[in-house]
Amino acid sequence: MVFSVTKRVAMHSARLTPLKRALLLAVFGLLLLLLSNQVDELRSYQGAQVAIYAIAISSIIVLTGFSGQISLGHGAVMAIGGYASALAFTLWNFPWEFALMFGTVVGTIFGCVLGIASARLQGPYLAGTTLALAVGLPSLANQFKVLGGEQGISFDIGDAPAWLRQMVGGEFTQYKWFFWLATPVAIVTFWFITNLLQSNVGRSWRAARNHPVAAGLAGINVARAKILAFTVSSSLASLAGGLFAVMLGLVTPMAFPLSLSFLLVTGAVIAGVGNLAGIILGALVLVSIPELSGTLATYLGNSQKVTANLPGLVASLLLIVVVIFAPNGLRPTALWKAFRQFYK
Amino acid sequence: MIINTLLIGVSSGAIYALMALALVLVWRSTRVVNFAQAGQAVLSTYIGYETMARTHNYWLSVPIAIFFGALLAAIVDVLFMRVLARRAQQGPIAEIAPVITTLGLLGLIHSLIGLIWGNTFVQYTSPLSGKGFTFGTHVIPFSPQNLLIVLTATGVMAIFAAIFTFTDLGLSLRAASFQPEIARLAGIKVDRVRTVGWAFAGATGAVAGVVITPTSYLSPNSLDLLLVTGFVAAVIGGLESLIGAVVGGVVLGIGFAFILQYIGPSVTFLAGFIILMVVQLVKPHGFFGHKTSRHA
Repeated sequence: MVFSVTKRVAMHSARLTPLKRALLLAVFGLLLLLLSNQVDELRSYQGAQVAIYAIAISSIIVLTGFSGQISLGHGAVMAIGGYASALAFTLWNFPWEFALMFGTVVGTIFGCVLGIASARLQGPYLAGTTLALAVGLPSLANQFKVLGGEQGISFDIGDAPAWLRQMVGGEFTQYKWFFWLATPVAIVTFWFITNLLQSNVGRSWRAARNHPVAAGLAGINVARAKILAFTVSSSLASLAGGLFAVMLGLVTPMAFPLSLSFLLVTGAVIAGVGNLAGIILGALVLVSIPELSGTLATYLGNSQKVTANLPGLVASLLLIVVVIFAPNGLRPTALWKAFRQFYK
Repeated sequence: MIINTLLIGVSSGAIYALMALALVLVWRSTRVVNFAQAGQAVLSTYIGYETMARTHNYWLSVPIAIFFGALLAAIVDVLFMRVLARRAQQGPIAEIAPVITTLGLLGLIHSLIGLIWGNTFVQYTSPLSGKGFTFGTHVIPFSPQNLLIVLTATGVMAIFAAIFTFTDLGLSLRAASFQPEIARLAGIKVDRVRTVGWAFAGATGAVAGVVITPTSYLSPNSLDLLLVTGFVAAVIGGLESLIGAVVGGVVLGIGFAFILQYIGPSVTFLAGFIILMVVQLVKPHGFFGHKTSRHA
């Protein structure tokens, strides 16, 4: 008990001010961007993927870890962000920066509506409802001509702007440009969420999650806290969806399958749903699963069945093992503790 | 025309009802919505398909698939759900851990099926004709296979009704789901009874898989949509009540048939989502649930 109190005090004093955190993150981002000159195309592509997954995973962590709600349909919210951005870009000729913002705004509004509708739902009810959304939404693309059916809509933002090319110098490939785009966005997002979660907004979310009745008595509007958390989470997911569409160069219903929603949950569980610092680990694991299982598949003889199914197998096994043995995230200390307990 | 649509609706509603029953049985015993149910059902159907490929006998493959479904569900409960009940008790993960585990199991089963049988569509045919009955010159969209579906579903429901009303096992199942602590004090081995509940659910899912698959095709994902419709049906019925699940399934089947007929195929699943939303907002305990069931 004494230990836990001192630990909490220590953690509290170690908390950074927003400005210091911003500086730290800026240095970290700069290092990453400088690193992008040293790696090949594939690694830049994967770097951009990590940044986008990190944003998407943070949307789940905000929702589940800090507000106690669950969504199995955030792939659908990403699809809304992606489609809205692509529509704004292709149909209404928005510049791509504004198209991405427009996608985020649409996703935010959608999340707010969905949050209002689902604030009364709990646990498995919410899980099933969001699952139904993830299954039902992609079929809309075939219903309206403007959404382009199975072919989808193109969202090609072209090469890096001239000022960036001049500033950085050297060869500026397409994937490197995506990396330069996604990483700063991810870092700013991360800064924004950490600040939000340490403000009174984040405190009221946690209070509403831990003890709704007590939080209500303390003057927190529990329903409103849940709706706000859902809204913020959706805006993060739709931003990630827009960036995802940029990286693919187009949006199609197939780009946002049910497995994407499940993958995000997997990433959040690996990160530790109550632990924002784990999102990079979660995103790294998600990106490395296909590559690692590709290597493993080659080792196993590279038959079509193995290559197609090994990534899913690894991801699901990882999800189950982490939930059972390290329920608070795939941190080395947590794993070691679980291991010791198991063999005690 | 309306009668045709009704017939289609009843046939697909019977399948939704079976899936809803499977979900309700697990929910009652463990307070988990078992998202892995789609995977368990499809794996059982693959077992039936494999038996069929070896023996060329549909009627032999059905009971084998059902038995396997029950066995698989019991294994899932013993290996994962019991372990989970002891671990993952703290932190923000605690409430969602069971849901996430079943999700992981769904993915795991999909990949395993893909590894063994591949991801291609396969045919699992029954000796019954898929062509509609003919009345004079009029062909109705209701085939002998549809009749089998409806009859099987009715049979399963009758069996469950009998078990839950007349047997000691049914009584202990009801007691263990209603008040686990008191049931334990009364000498019921709650853990074991829970596993039996899971086995019943697994068998029900397998029944749904083996009778519906001959009307279309079999693939690792072919029953995923059924999971969603089954869930909607279960929620309409209150997620707690067996009769509710059946009524919910049939109502949803008929509703979907009319939407399909008069609006179009691509909005069906969005309609499912909207129905789900409306039911939960208007009648959060479903039309057959107890008022307290949501807080259990």
